[in-house]
Amino acid sequence: MENRHVISVLVENKPGVLARVSGMFSGRTFNIHSLTVAPTLDTDYSRMTIVTDGREQIIEQIIKQLRKLINVAKVQDLTRGDFVDREMVLIRMKATAAKRGEILGINDVFRGKVVDLTHDSVTLEVSGNQNKIEAILELLAPMGIQELIRTGTVAISRAKKSKLPGITQ
Amino acid sequence: MKITGAQILLQSLKAEGVDTIFGYPGGAVIDIFDVMVRQFSGDFKFILVRHEQAAVHAADGYARATGRPGVCLVTSGPGGTNTVTGLATAYMDSIPLVVFTGQVPTPLIGNDAFQEADIVGITRPCTKHNYLVASVDQLATIIKEAFYIAISGRPGPVLVDLPKDVMQSKAEFIYPTKLNLTTYRPTVKAHIPSIKRAAELIRHAQRPVIYAGGGVITSGAHEELRTLAEMAGFPVAMTLMGLGCFPGTHPLSLGMLGMHGTYRANMAVNNSDLLLAVGARFDDRVTGRVEDFAPGAKIIHVDIDPTSIQKNIAVDVPIVADARDALARLVEVLKKTGRSDKSKEMLKNWHASITAWRNEQRLRFDRTSETIKPQYVVEKLYEITQGQAIIATEVGQNQMWAAQYYLFDHPRTLLSSGGLGTMGYGFPAAIGAQVAFPGKTVIDIAGDGSIQMNIQELATVAHYKLPVKIAILNNGYLGMVRQWQERFYDNVYAHTDIMASPDFVKLAEAYGALGLRAKFNSEVETVIREGLQSDGPVIMDFVVEREESVYPMVPAGASIKDMILV
Repeated sequence: MENRHVISVLVENKPGVLARVSGMFSGRTFNIHSLTVAPTLDTDYSRMTIVTDGREQIIEQIIKQLRKLINVAKVQDLTRGDFVDREMVLIRMKATAAKRGEILGINDVFRGKVVDLTHDSVTLEVSGNQNKIEAILELLAPMGIQELIRTGTVAISRAKKSKLPGITQ
Repeated sequence: MKITGAQILLQSLKAEGVDTIFGYPGGAVIDIFDVMVRQFSGDFKFILVRHEQAAVHAADGYARATGRPGVCLVTSGPGGTNTVTGLATAYMDSIPLVVFTGQVPTPLIGNDAFQEADIVGITRPCTKHNYLVASVDQLATIIKEAFYIAISGRPGPVLVDLPKDVMQSKAEFIYPTKLNLTTYRPTVKAHIPSIKRAAELIRHAQRPVIYAGGGVITSGAHEELRTLAEMAGFPVAMTLMGLGCFPGTHPLSLGMLGMHGTYRANMAVNNSDLLLAVGARFDDRVTGRVEDFAPGAKIIHVDIDPTSIQKNIAVDVPIVADARDALARLVEVLKKTGRSDKSKEMLKNWHASITAWRNEQRLRFDRTSETIKPQYVVEKLYEITQGQAIIATEVGQNQMWAAQYYLFDHPRTLLSSGGLGTMGYGFPAAIGAQVAFPGKTVIDIAGDGSIQMNIQELATVAHYKLPVKIAILNNGYLGMVRQWQERFYDNVYAHTDIMASPDFVKLAEAYGALGLRAKFNSEVETVIREGLQSDGPVIMDFVVEREESVYPMVPAGASIKDMILV
């Protein structure tokens, strides 16, 4: 996705807030690639991570329109700084005994987990950044993915680098 | 002592200084109406409209004319859904309203109960904010927040949905003195470095234009605007929403710009080297083709809403602030620095160009015609009221002729649905203004199409003896669409002929109002004088030239320099 932006939105944890945010996106024909939402440490607030794309002017509008919503406390475009993003996928593969070894091998390389196993299927749990998820899906696709569930991206900005305690200068 | 939700609601409205409510009763709000009559009869003037849409437009007209928030009270379900057009109208034009809707009792919400509608869901995109009051304990706080949100920042309508059981249950009434809106803090003060950058551009501008919009009126910045324009000698072009923010009769006024703006306003904008946009949002009806808009100009954009800035057009100096604060600060800086000598010298040439454009292409119509020209009616209304009336308009040709030929010298004297373009807005809006100012002349300039969209409100003006005057420019067409069909659709008048209209004179009489008609040019003045002298509601039916069009006209999507002049 070109011009991918990961936007972190702190919102009040109130009924209807998700609808206000998603409705603003659809009403103004902004794109939502993925959206996740869950409460923060302070349960009065929730954190949304929205992955979207668009020209600079569109992204600026998205951020301003989000800030304009009464229940939105803070909006950050994480893509403008250093950040870590992760997504988890659950992948159910068709896997008879003959194919199982190869699938598990790929899974190992990507540090995935096996969360379910039957005579003819294996379900994997893999998490990582977008590149990693795309890479494993590309490898697994020809081998017969039965079902695939993605969580959508969650992201956090990296902490500012601080000096080690006790070291001056 | 505990009191009911209905009582808390009305006590809270009193605390907010509300004295007028527009609305319509129904099952879900019966408790509120009951307590209003039994216990608060001396506190509120209640105007019973004949359709909920009109309640919202009337509250909107009241708000535009007074600057105070308009208040509505309607029932659940269809009562709420009928408010949607009014809310969307107010939202587009940034008008502060607080609309209270009834709702079915909380245990029934979501069960498809009788007269249930998810009005919070329906109105989410056409309100600034909305609330469902889930418990009587939240009621007073929500009302406090609703009024604050409606009037602060960029104002707008707020809807509060009131379940019937919440109105019936009891709580202690304490009206909060402080707000706890941690996530809503609109910026109102201008960023000083930006003001300095703007002032520097103003200092050196040689071909400047001020482009002033409704935000100047909203923030009460008309004095500051005038000071700045006069001090610097800058001409002022206004949007439809901005008319009245700068005197229309002032030598520096260019009139309205945009699709049906004056030739001189559009030519000035197009040739300017500095555009100072204040409280305006570069709407497509103003800019025409964005790429060709003010191509040689640096642009300063003052707006209280950050989303308005860089939305349609790239600007050089964005200033997020209340228009009044920003203009006052600009005046302050310019008082110290003054304008550069060179720019002062060049400004003379600029004024000469503008005068030449004005003389080249004035607003005009055929004055020899025996058939009534609609422009002539508006011009006569202007003359006879000496420009002192409050004018509401409907939408279409009537609206544009009102904007062109009535020169608005004062803010809050033009009530018109600019953004949404709501036919049927003008008459109820005029009702709202008349309720606010019983002694003032309030005229709805209407078309024969628009007036029929809320014609039932004749019963309201008769009921309350409100002397609203309606001037129908009656051409038997949905004229603005007909005009487009004539110009761009080979004269195929697809469903725009509405000659099958009622006899408006008889209709007025049926409602107990005065009906007058003029068929010839020579009768116009007599009808206006007689109509305005009446102390009751009047319909003046002007049978006008059927195929008159509004000019100048910039075709949608064309550059504003490419005006069709006749």
